[in-house]
Amino acid sequence: MNANNPKRPPEVPERAEDAAGIDIVGLTKRYLTPKGETFTAIRDVTLKVEPGQFCAIVGPTGCGKSTTLAQVSGLEQPSAGSVSVHDQIVDGITKGVSYMFQADALFPWKTVLGNVLIGPVLLGTPKREATVLARDWLRRVGLAGFEDRYPHQLSGGMRKRVAMAAALINNPRILLMDEPFGALDVQTKAIMQNELLQLWEELRPSVLFITHDLDEAVALSDKVVIMTSSPGTIKDVFAIDLPRPRGDVQQIRHEGRFLELQGQIWESLKDEVTRAYNLSAGAAA
Amino acid sequence: MTTTTAPRKGAPAHEQAAELQASARRAMTRRKTWVWIGRAALAVIIVGGWQWFTSAGWVDKFFFGQPTEIWTSLVNLVTQGTAFGTIWENLGITVQEAIYGFLLGTAVGVVLGILLGSNRYLSEVVGPYIRIVNSIPRIVLGSIFIVAFGLGVFPKVLLAAVLVFFVVFFNAFQGVREVDQNLVGNVRVLGASPLQVAIHVTIPSAMTWIIASLHTAFGFAIIGALVAEVLGAQQGIGLIISQAQGTFDPNTVFACMVIIAIVTLGAEYLIGLLERSLLKWRPPNRSEAQAV
Repeated sequence: MNANNPKRPPEVPERAEDAAGIDIVGLTKRYLTPKGETFTAIRDVTLKVEPGQFCAIVGPTGCGKSTTLAQVSGLEQPSAGSVSVHDQIVDGITKGVSYMFQADALFPWKTVLGNVLIGPVLLGTPKREATVLARDWLRRVGLAGFEDRYPHQLSGGMRKRVAMAAALINNPRILLMDEPFGALDVQTKAIMQNELLQLWEELRPSVLFITHDLDEAVALSDKVVIMTSSPGTIKDVFAIDLPRPRGDVQQIRHEGRFLELQGQIWESLKDEVTRAYNLSAGAAA
Repeated sequence: MTTTTAPRKGAPAHEQAAELQASARRAMTRRKTWVWIGRAALAVIIVGGWQWFTSAGWVDKFFFGQPTEIWTSLVNLVTQGTAFGTIWENLGITVQEAIYGFLLGTAVGVVLGILLGSNRYLSEVVGPYIRIVNSIPRIVLGSIFIVAFGLGVFPKVLLAAVLVFFVVFFNAFQGVREVDQNLVGNVRVLGASPLQVAIHVTIPSAMTWIIASLHTAFGFAIIGALVAEVLGAQQGIGLIISQAQGTFDPNTVFACMVIIAIVTLGAEYLIGLLERSLLKWRPPNRSEAQAV
């Protein structure tokens, strides 16, 4: 087993030195449309995420945020440029990555327990050990006693917790989150943000977090990246110097420094959002 | 619901809850009774009307049969048997052909459906041909099978399998196409091999579609076996039907239809049981939940 093997017991989380940095250089992704034309989703994206850093990507709809994540995970291959994880160029599925989507990607035909233990099972962990691990993770996300339920029997917030446990159980070096809380109501969202921050503090994977919600981006991350739309490029990068641990995301929203940063980022984002809106409005007219 | 209604004066909340429960149960019983009364009335109108029209002579019972005479033929079939052995032997042959055809067609349909559904290149190459084969009247293949393989059981199994195959195949194919790509991406990132993706995501996801198709598929299996028997056989319900047709005996034809209908309903019930045990993860049907 090599040193990159993400199969580790969660009780002894190895911290930042174990998390992998992400180095994206000149990343371009073109798609072939069904008509045979090429469509450039992202162009020349260069971005560095330090090991253990929480990086949020904000941008107007359709600016290639999800495309960027797909290249980092290795689910897709870049058309030009490169993605390196832990100083290794991504070629095929990146090891030690977990994904969390907006739509909860849970197996409707598996119980809560089955959904969480799929991660270790796919890595070859014996079922018995995987079950113990999964039970432990369900306890950590506050779902002890719900092991035998099916996803449709849970509320939206509970399903998110299951997805979170399933994403973190393999102790990933990199956590890719594609608007994970986008579909939740405001209160549930705040609770989930706090829980995510707590778990992140414990495990310290590197995080790429896509969101539309500027408050969420500032409250959670160390770095906020603004992307422009069609084709997606990076416009600005803001370092968020709010002290950690952040504590309650609801509280932090009222602090002076938060509002200052949020204002700066909004200035940068506003033009992009307006431009993207006018483009789509023009296309619709 | 019980918590939102203000308790009446003097009545403790739990007593009121019990009362509500009881009245809900009464409403449900009443509804069910009326459904059954409606069903019985419909049967009486149709069968009774048939009997009445034929005995009054408005409809010729020589061509269209009569319920009482169908019953007599049914009793005759069971007690006296047929020219080709007892009714049970014949029924056994037909059911055997249908079941073999059903199993064969389902197996091939599921495997090919999942294979083509998950391989884009293969599906684009083979797709048009499948559509062509699907648009030809496959029942005619029965004639070819009988010429090629004789009057035995095999050509019947084959025709039933061909009919079943297309129903199951298209459902399996579509089921694989409808798989949530997020789920596939998720397990691939977690390190799943293509085989593991199939086991954990594709097949369970397509299962809903496949099982839904089995209900129709068994009906097709019976049709295939019967038609092939009508086209040429030494034993089987289809042979009894074609024999009865030759002797202008609509009552026996109807009696055979009744027997086959009972068999198909039984198979349907078994498939329903299978469906419930395999798909127990599904949220309860909306209409079932609203029955209260």
